[in-house]
Amino acid sequence: MKNKLEAKNVSVFYDDFQALNNINMSFEENAVTALIGPSGCGKSTYLRLFNRMNDYIESFRLEGEILIDKKNIYNKNIIVEDLRKNIGMVFQKPNPFPKSIFENVAYGLRIQGIKNKAILRIKVRKALQQAALWDEVKNDLDKSALTLSGGQQQRLCIARTLAVEPSIVLMDEPTSALDPIATAKVEKLIYELKKEYTIIIVTHNMQQAKRISDYTAFFYMGDLIEYNKTEHIFTNPTHDRTQNYITGRFG
Amino acid sequence: MNKEKIIEGLLKLSASITILTTIGILYVLLSESISFFKEVSILEFLTDKEWTPLFVNKHFGILPLVMGTLLTTFIAVSVAIPIGITIAIYLSEYAPNKFRKIVKPLLEILAAVPTIVYGFFALVVVTPFLQSFIPGMSGFNSLSAGIVMGIMIIPYVSSLSEDALRAVPKALRNASFGMGATRLQTAFKVMVPAASSGIIVSIILAFSRAIGETMIVAIAAGQQPRLTLNPLVPIETITAYIVQVSLGDVAHGSLEYKTIFAAGITLFLFTFILNNISYYIRKKFKEQYE
Repeated sequence: MKNKLEAKNVSVFYDDFQALNNINMSFEENAVTALIGPSGCGKSTYLRLFNRMNDYIESFRLEGEILIDKKNIYNKNIIVEDLRKNIGMVFQKPNPFPKSIFENVAYGLRIQGIKNKAILRIKVRKALQQAALWDEVKNDLDKSALTLSGGQQQRLCIARTLAVEPSIVLMDEPTSALDPIATAKVEKLIYELKKEYTIIIVTHNMQQAKRISDYTAFFYMGDLIEYNKTEHIFTNPTHDRTQNYITGRFG
Repeated sequence: MNKEKIIEGLLKLSASITILTTIGILYVLLSESISFFKEVSILEFLTDKEWTPLFVNKHFGILPLVMGTLLTTFIAVSVAIPIGITIAIYLSEYAPNKFRKIVKPLLEILAAVPTIVYGFFALVVVTPFLQSFIPGMSGFNSLSAGIVMGIMIIPYVSSLSEDALRAVPKALRNASFGMGATRLQTAFKVMVPAASSGIIVSIILAFSRAIGETMIVAIAAGQQPRLTLNPLVPIETITAYIVQVSLGDVAHGSLEYKTIFAAGITLFLFTFILNNISYYIRKKFKEQYE
């Protein structure tokens, strides 16, 4: 088992408010790790540490280290843009650009300066296939991405993320805006993707965490309460609070 | 009688006043221009290259006035559009929130300065300054009038474009940052294209404002209708001509007097078309996001 990511003594503050308290945690490579917990427990803040999306919040302050492949990504010499090319992110609501389906998937490639049309076509196709969307859109690549259904849009956003071949994919409640059928498709996809990617997913859906993740971390009020193999968390949690949360007694 | 009814009636009355005023203006413009065109053919009006209604040898070609208007307008928008859009992108994509909240209202003050102040600024500051390194530039010219007019229009472009950029869902910006795009790439590849209809509307408004602007050009650009693209010589715009005749001692009802209505309706057509284009774009833009 290889550790891909590691959080060392991580605390996060927004001005005087402490959002995360001294988190220590490591993530296994090519596994799905689910972050669960009630709203406001800090799990989304935590997820966004790994691609430094919190940097845009003016009051944000971090203590501790986030290591990816043993390197601290908050070091001064890290170029955030390069970091993010290796760490993709899928957001809560599908957020395709108001461009064509093709241009959406090609966006990250073009950002990296790839102009060769043949290469773009191959990579876009591969990403759409990985996201299990190719068969549905292969004849409509020039159509606006906004014409797709919500579930298709979310898979398009996943394809857009995969196109640049990151090694880690962060997902922030990726199915919360989708219906059950679209959710099932995305879940199946996540399950497939872990062969090649290290996936961290924030979810409010206990069943989803149970179905798709290898490891589950339970957060409460900025603390990491419990972190273990998913089957362990859901069958035999160590803490009462975890037990209460996953059985739906609060949350 | 019911109080609600009276209030409703009053509201309707005030709404209809604006519409009636517009209809009244159109009526006067049209009827006076029709009687003008009974004496001057539309063909002469549109093709003659001279505009000398106030001289003994009368010519009624609107082209020099249109040219003067377009010349000052293009100089103005080529100042206002690049600066305005740059400011909009800076404020919406780069500037910290606090800074934006202070700067935006300050910029809008530019639009609140009386235009006569701008006119004198152009005449007594900008023209002498330009003359110091452009020898042979006239005291009245379209260049300094256009530049100053452009400065006046900057807030129209920057404010509306910035509103359009801020109306783009934040999620798109996050998606772009998440892909490893820089702020500059995000601004030009995602935000500006997504806000393009709003930005185009702001540009059209700038054109429309520049075409209709009167004081600055009347004071600083001269009163010599001239079919030229040379920005260094005196010209006359449609608006400046109307001011000149309105203030002069031309007899009411004379042909000279009617020329201002013919000029007025030409001006009206320009702004009317531009307003319609921007209305159409705005409507299309709405459909896209619903």
